[in-house]
Amino acid sequence: MKVPLTIDGQMVQIDSGAPIIDAAKKAGAVIPTLCYHEALKPYGSCRLCMVEIIINKQRRLVTACNFPVEGGMEVFTDTAKLRHIRKMIIELLLARCPDVSSLRAMAKQMGIKSSRFKKQDSTECILCGLCVRFCEEVVGVSAIGLVNRGIDREVATPFKVASDVCIGCGSCTYICPTGCIEMVPDKKIPQMRIMKMGQHSLNPCINEFQCETCIVEKEFFEDMRLVIAEFRNS
Amino acid sequence: MKQIKTVSDLEDLRKSILKQRDPEKITIRMCLSTGCRAKKSIKVISALEDELNNQGLQEKVEIKRTGCHGFCEMGPIMVIEPANIFYRQVTPEDIADIVFETILKGNIVKRLLWKDAGTKEYTKTEQDLPLYKKQKKHISYNSGKIDPTDIEDYIAADGYLALCKALNAMTPAKIVETVFASGLRGRGGGGFSTGLKWRICSAAPSDIKYIIANGDEGDPGAFMDRSLMEGDPHRIIEGMIIAAFAIGAGRGFLYVREEYPIAIEHLSIAIQKAEEYGLLGNNIMGTGFDFNIAINKGAGAFVCGEETALIISIEGKSGTPRSRPPYPAFEGLWGKPTIINNVETLGNIPQIILKGADWYSNIGTVGSKGTKIFSLVGKVRNTGLVEVEMGTTLREIIFDIGGGIRKDKRFKAVQTGGPSGGCIPISKIDMPVDYDSLREAGAIMGSGGMIVMDETSCMVDIARYFLNFLLFESCGKCVPCREGLKQMHYILTNICEGNGEKGDIEALTELGHFMISTSLCGLGATAANPVLSTLRYFHDEYLVHIYEKKCPAGVCKNLFEYMIDETLCNGCTLCRIRCPEKAISGEKKKPHRIDTAKCIKCGICYNSCKRQAVIVI
Amino acid sequence: MNIEKVNIILEEHEYKHSAIISIMQDVQGVENYLPEDTLRYISEKMELNLTRIFDIATFYKTFSLTPRGRHTIRVCSGTACHLGGAVKNLEQIQRTINIQEGETTNDRMFSLETVNCLGACALAPVMVIDEDYYDAVNPGKIEKILSPYRLEPEV
Repeated sequence: MKVPLTIDGQMVQIDSGAPIIDAAKKAGAVIPTLCYHEALKPYGSCRLCMVEIIINKQRRLVTACNFPVEGGMEVFTDTAKLRHIRKMIIELLLARCPDVSSLRAMAKQMGIKSSRFKKQDSTECILCGLCVRFCEEVVGVSAIGLVNRGIDREVATPFKVASDVCIGCGSCTYICPTGCIEMVPDKKIPQMRIMKMGQHSLNPCINEFQCETCIVEKEFFEDMRLVIAEFRNS
Repeated sequence: MKQIKTVSDLEDLRKSILKQRDPEKITIRMCLSTGCRAKKSIKVISALEDELNNQGLQEKVEIKRTGCHGFCEMGPIMVIEPANIFYRQVTPEDIADIVFETILKGNIVKRLLWKDAGTKEYTKTEQDLPLYKKQKKHISYNSGKIDPTDIEDYIAADGYLALCKALNAMTPAKIVETVFASGLRGRGGGGFSTGLKWRICSAAPSDIKYIIANGDEGDPGAFMDRSLMEGDPHRIIEGMIIAAFAIGAGRGFLYVREEYPIAIEHLSIAIQKAEEYGLLGNNIMGTGFDFNIAINKGAGAFVCGEETALIISIEGKSGTPRSRPPYPAFEGLWGKPTIINNVETLGNIPQIILKGADWYSNIGTVGSKGTKIFSLVGKVRNTGLVEVEMGTTLREIIFDIGGGIRKDKRFKAVQTGGPSGGCIPISKIDMPVDYDSLREAGAIMGSGGMIVMDETSCMVDIARYFLNFLLFESCGKCVPCREGLKQMHYILTNICEGNGEKGDIEALTELGHFMISTSLCGLGATAANPVLSTLRYFHDEYLVHIYEKKCPAGVCKNLFEYMIDETLCNGCTLCRIRCPEKAISGEKKKPHRIDTAKCIKCGICYNSCKRQAVIVI
Repeated sequence: MNIEKVNIILEEHEYKHSAIISIMQDVQGVENYLPEDTLRYISEKMELNLTRIFDIATFYKTFSLTPRGRHTIRVCSGTACHLGGAVKNLEQIQRTINIQEGETTNDRMFSLETVNCLGACALAPVMVIDEDYYDAVNPGKIEKILSPYRLEPEV
């Protein structure tokens, strides 16, 4: 059943229960994201896609990636409050990962010169979980996972040694928004690659990290699915 | 054992149990809960058994192994019926005297009575103890009185009557409406209406539903759930069965912390016994209603108190919360409608069913009904569990029941609600305690921890303590909680170490409000409360730490020194002997001195000086 | 690895994926920690992803991937214990046996852990060695509490 709602004042119709972000796309509103990917289940961890909604006369902050739309909902995607929240998130992530170019580009866009917060040990992983979820949901092997908890949370393979289920498809390196996962040729089996997680930057994105609208990326994933399907069948 | 099929079966059983009992028989109730057991109550019991056997009294005197009395500090606790004589800190060496004087001759062993530290008066019976006098024991009534491993003890105390009534004389809808009308709110944290939760879940369309009892008492400084599960496990199970019948659930899960082995043991026995008596399992009391309970042991994760994380943990994964909606009442365990109630909440259910919603809603305040068990600990004289009516003031709880502050120090604040709660200052001492007043004061009810602090407690350190706790207890999934906590903790650590600077307070405030509005789950959304509430009421203490580099309470190591006041020191040498670093020098009967270069600030001298000559500067 | 006992545990829980946490708790009860080869064995037997098992093993505080000492010292760091000076006690223990929290002494005598709250707040500050509780601990008592354990003959 389609329901009407407004996105920044613009009326759109969409299936009831669809995530707000789909409705926003329909209305042409761009909501920044880091942990969202349309091929994956929503995760809601980066909180960058927060929007303000009015529902039953109550104003609330929710994440657009997973909050279901309801008829009559009013959504605001670019308010002063939201801009402040997004700045804080980027500042906090920059303190965690000062050298990640995609974050720096986002910060620049938001007018942040440098993070006010204490720089942490330099890591390039923002824990968006895209690699882990892609490996589980699309590739279906779960070679990597999230381990530990709290401030020690990190992405790793079991026992932090080379995974014996990794098929070397490279999806994780591609989907990673910060380029912190690397694929290197396997010394034992020349035609295979193995995953190595460490400090490594990919070249800057040719499409300025507009993942949701990027044709290059869509093509890649279509190819990737074919490759994976073949791999599974063989 | 004959299974209980009807109301009259239960009534007959109850009467026959009571008939076999002689109210005049001497019964010694001995607490075997965690607190008393930690103080070797098992050794006391075996000494008691030996002595009774030696004296040939084993038939005349009954020993009852009970759960928690709530006065754990005074353990091991022994109560002798019918006179209800209350002995505390009983050791195996005291047994001979107890048997000879009290059991045989009916005399009191005075040294074992509780003595008021202030008035120096002795109290003879349990009911006259100041800790118990102002309490209203409804939920904790049985704990400490009955043998938690004996279902017949519970049945004799009107146990399972409410279940009988619910199954035979009420419809599920009527039960839900009764609980709703009672005004009962969740005892685990948020204080959501229990009846409303049940109503939503019972309306959810599904053949399969689940109920989860949350006994993962994670708040540091709270142990009422532990005591209840250890001391009166059937009450929780009865509440669970009624809840299951009301919403139409066929399976229930009891999620209990692994750190509570006795609670797990007692609940397991209770489940097994209830099944044997036909009160649990298939075709309960012959009504055709099937309900089974399994126990899940929590593996040590505070975040699993959050309901979506708890569900994921029962499903066998790491307990990281997910966004709501969908709410568990619609889509919970394995995608099915699920209600999650705290064990104390469920412990309230039998009496509401038995005595009615009107009776229950007459207890408490406008917005908070019933009684609440608090764990009153910290720098208060009488520490333990206290059950009081909602709306009882902090003053009544801390001073009348708790006996005021230890060592005649000044009351400074009380922390409620654990890591999600806040610190309430002395100016609010006459505040009636309920869900709404606590929230207004910047704290929360939480599970009911009440930690009393005095002038030697540093509020900046307390804020840092809770953040440090949460740093490792946050699941680490969402950015505001994980990164926000890290930054707040960094700033607070700087302040505590003497590196605080201008702008710190503003940054803490901004981060705190940011985390409240943007975190994924309740843990992150309340994580800043300990900081924000101390900033609100103890702003000056932060300023002293930041600008004067001093910790007036003598807690933050870099910001104070210990010194001996030479006018007070009489040279007793105690501090010098006890100092592990040999940092204290001085001759007998002459004032001593601390070498601050050697001092590691362990506080042994401060705590051992009888003349309070060791001071903090 | 005690394969027989591990198999019994797996049987008891019917290889159910949802029971993995209980299985790991029981296995740790037998093995004293969770050895890598045991977890790999469980993963294979249960046909359950090793990544999920490793996630659980590192997420929950109860699990240890390294062997523990003969005696486990658990220092309660609940709020009441903190106020009562748990940090000072912990520091004194660290000085006495020369390890940090989460570590095991070289002679495998002691492992040192902190726990959030043992629910024995009225006895604060509390520490537990194996099954023995010690209440109202202060730094001056530490050596006296620890020394009997050192003298205990090896089983």
